[in-house]
Amino acid sequence: MSDMFVTVSTVALGIVVLGSAVMMLASRNVVHAAYWLLALSLGAAGLFAVLQATYLALVQLLVYAGAVAILNIFTIMITLRRREDAVREREFSVPAAALALVFFGVVAYAVSQGVPAAAPVPQTFPGIAEFGAMLFSVDGWALPFEIASLVLTAALVAAVWWSREEEAR
Amino acid sequence: MTMGLSVYLLIAAALFSLGVYGAVSKRGAVQVLMSLEMMSVAVNLNLIAFSRYITPEKMTGQFFTAFQMVVSAAEIGLGLALVVAIVRAARTAEVDRLSELKG
Repeated sequence: MSDMFVTVSTVALGIVVLGSAVMMLASRNVVHAAYWLLALSLGAAGLFAVLQATYLALVQLLVYAGAVAILNIFTIMITLRRREDAVREREFSVPAAALALVFFGVVAYAVSQGVPAAAPVPQTFPGIAEFGAMLFSVDGWALPFEIASLVLTAALVAAVWWSREEEAR
Repeated sequence: MTMGLSVYLLIAAALFSLGVYGAVSKRGAVQVLMSLEMMSVAVNLNLIAFSRYITPEKMTGQFFTAFQMVVSAAEIGLGLALVVAIVRAARTAEVDRLSELKG
């Protein structure tokens, strides 16, 4: 990818991501907020693709923009009884804004003090095939991968258990 | 002009700060969870940017991100199931009205 393309797409996707984050926090309707989160996930997937993480961009699209967005909307539909409940009062909290601003200030100061020097850019970036080979190799990441599948199974069972009807338990 | 590591770090920091603001200030449980999700996207963006600029060949940050995505997917699934259970038991999803430990 040429430098020009990377610069333009990073700026555009950064605006998309931060803009939808602000809109998500500002929208009074919960359903609208869920859709802004979907836009944020799509923008983040684009940023991952610009950063040469093709596999993770696809996972972001499938898991966050697909499954999690649907899950959010379903939970909103289950927990709200009437259509009017989706529209909430405008909430603004000064202490929370101060906390967020202080956090951003500290991180921005740390970044301005210098970041680690970039490694030399390789001729070709490793693609999905190399990623998969390293993920499943025994001296690579195979053991954490298996543990991750255990975590997901436990979370799945617990989620089903929690959301069951009280009488069925 | 070329994009450096610090641009991505700043985008991720701004995203994380917005997530902190939402997680602290929002009253609806689902909105708090959506803010947490925003923060986890910011963390992933940081890891991938570091991976692209510091270890492009070994892709360490990308593997970290893959496992972080697993953990945050589990967190979101459990959190939303918990919200459904809380709404059944307490008839509300407002976090500031859930002040009793014994339901």
